Amino acid sequence: MPPIRDVAVVAFAQSDHLRTTDELSEVEMLIPVLHAVLEQTGLKTSDIGFTCSGSSDYLAGRAFSFTMALDGVGAWPPISESHVEMDGAWALYEAWTKLLTGDADTALVYGYGKSSPGSVRDVLTRQLDPYYVAPLWPDSVALAALQAQALIDAGETDEPALAGVASRSRASAATNSHAQLRGSVDQGDYLVRPLRVGDCPPVGDGAAAVILAAGERARELCERPAWIRGIDHRIEAHGLGVRDLTDSPSTRLAAERAGAFERPVDTAELHAPFTSQEVVLRKALRLGEEVRVNPSGGALAANPIMAAGLIRIGEAAARVHRGESDRALAHATSGPCLQQNLVAVLEGDPR
Amino acid sequence: MPEVLKAPLVVEFPFTRSLGPVQSAFLTGLRERVVLGVKTADGRTLVPPVEYDPVTAEDLDELVEVAPTGTVTTWAWNHEPRRGQPLDTPFAWALVRLDGADTALLHALDAPGPDAVRTGMRVRVRWAAQRTGAITDIACFEPYDGDRPQIAGHDGRFEDMVTGIVAPARLDYVYSPGRAQSAYIDSLSSRRTVGERCPSCRKVYVPPRGACPTCGVITSEQVEVGPRGTVTTYCIVNIKARNLDIEVPYVYAHIALDGADLALHGRIGGIPYDQVRMGLRVEPVWTEGGRHPDHYRPTGEPDAEYDTYKELL
Repeated sequence: MPPIRDVAVVAFAQSDHLRTTDELSEVEMLIPVLHAVLEQTGLKTSDIGFTCSGSSDYLAGRAFSFTMALDGVGAWPPISESHVEMDGAWALYEAWTKLLTGDADTALVYGYGKSSPGSVRDVLTRQLDPYYVAPLWPDSVALAALQAQALIDAGETDEPALAGVASRSRASAATNSHAQLRGSVDQGDYLVRPLRVGDCPPVGDGAAAVILAAGERARELCERPAWIRGIDHRIEAHGLGVRDLTDSPSTRLAAERAGAFERPVDTAELHAPFTSQEVVLRKALRLGEEVRVNPSGGALAANPIMAAGLIRIGEAAARVHRGESDRALAHATSGPCLQQNLVAVLEGDPR
Repeated sequence: MPEVLKAPLVVEFPFTRSLGPVQSAFLTGLRERVVLGVKTADGRTLVPPVEYDPVTAEDLDELVEVAPTGTVTTWAWNHEPRRGQPLDTPFAWALVRLDGADTALLHALDAPGPDAVRTGMRVRVRWAAQRTGAITDIACFEPYDGDRPQIAGHDGRFEDMVTGIVAPARLDYVYSPGRAQSAYIDSLSSRRTVGERCPSCRKVYVPPRGACPTCGVITSEQVEVGPRGTVTTYCIVNIKARNLDIEVPYVYAHIALDGADLALHGRIGGIPYDQVRMGLRVEPVWTEGGRHPDHYRPTGEPDAEYDTYKELL
């Protein structure tokens, strides 16, 4: 079923993603990104119909940190606003539904995360099943390594192939000035075997923002809007031992519901923080060699948690804006071993 | 710009969680060295057992005993164990499908090195010496090449069922307050209160947070305010706070420092609690070595007119 209203990504901005940003509070890190994305459209914060953000208090260890970030959007007197304790990609999903209702014609969506104050591998254990799993403190790299070993055992990949994903990603990021890891990066030692340092995303701080607009408003604000032809998100069972870790049925279903398989895409921005997860996603999304995968470098080049998924949508949209893509797929993930997945299909008007 | 401030911050909480009937039976079973699974309508046995079918969402309640032995379905070698993990020597994380189960359980596998671990290897539960009814009652798995043991076929009913767990969580951070708040704290060290002015609406925010919440722009122009101010509103505190050596009742107030467009809060002293009033003029009282005013006391000036602070309430 086609959406009842055409909604497009009309602008995208992101910070430089850095290992630490001690000198900046979250809102201080975020404001330049918000201003950059507004400037692209000429909109002021007071012109925005709906604002939605994604972030997590657990990252920086600050309760209600998103309320502080709202200072950056001029939230007083009160604006129409919402927040998800998830990656900004899910904030975008909420904003998209809001625009479909006709309640708003424009939306500002942002996601940000400062991983530097804490130990992100340990922080992420707190999202796990609190009865059977979290008391064991299995860190995010360990869980991804279990998935990688399952793929190797199944003959779907091997360590040299994973190293190839890592080096291709960082080589692509050479032209991405915002990326944290660029060019030639050593694979290094095992972090949790079979994953080496190079198979894992950099830990860092960053922010991203997009503006959505509906119908004619989108054409006024952007020369070539990136129309959201479909967007959907699906989740798998929370028990890791219930899942087939070598596959991602939730990604495949989300893609199907987003219309991704109706026609080939030319570009895909995948949110695969670990090299092995790209193997799973390529299979689930049926991406052939002709598709440009992660021209930005992907999450292996910059993985600001709570923004990295939104950045995939933003990067894909920006390619459509620039005329470098006509039909692009963007994917975002959340949870251990690709537990929850969002897929969006973006298209430019025919040229 | 002053040096960026940093301080350690520990967030620690003992989460008390109640258990559903299936979880309760499973964790009580571990205490009694019995591993239970739960049957689904299509005949599969899930271990660890869950309250609802992951596919159909149906209620599950048919408990069945499975063996404490099983097979590794995937693993990962962890050469640097982290705080809270089951073993403090290098070990393998493993998903283990216990004999009689159709799904796998995550735990640690104690093995001499990665060369001693492979998918498909046989393992068994090593029980913790002290068991309380928690997933950590399984100390870890260990390699096992013996026969599959006989199981009694326990039905999941025990004396003194575990109904809850306490799961302590601790995360360590290094907190840095950012540019604006670092500057504010830095000024306080010389007993000055410095806010920031919005370049657009000209309001002065104290303490500054780096942005104007009305205009959504960065504030940077520093403005010293106070030291005197006006009580805009207040409350009388009758509950003694733990670790706080202040006699109750006392007054906690919003104080608009002269020149500030936002009230901050502080305690009012040097005046009986029942004589504090809106409009009272106050000034900060610093104690030796204090990093912020200990409290505010009356200046003796006439009270401020309501119109002068009504926008700051």
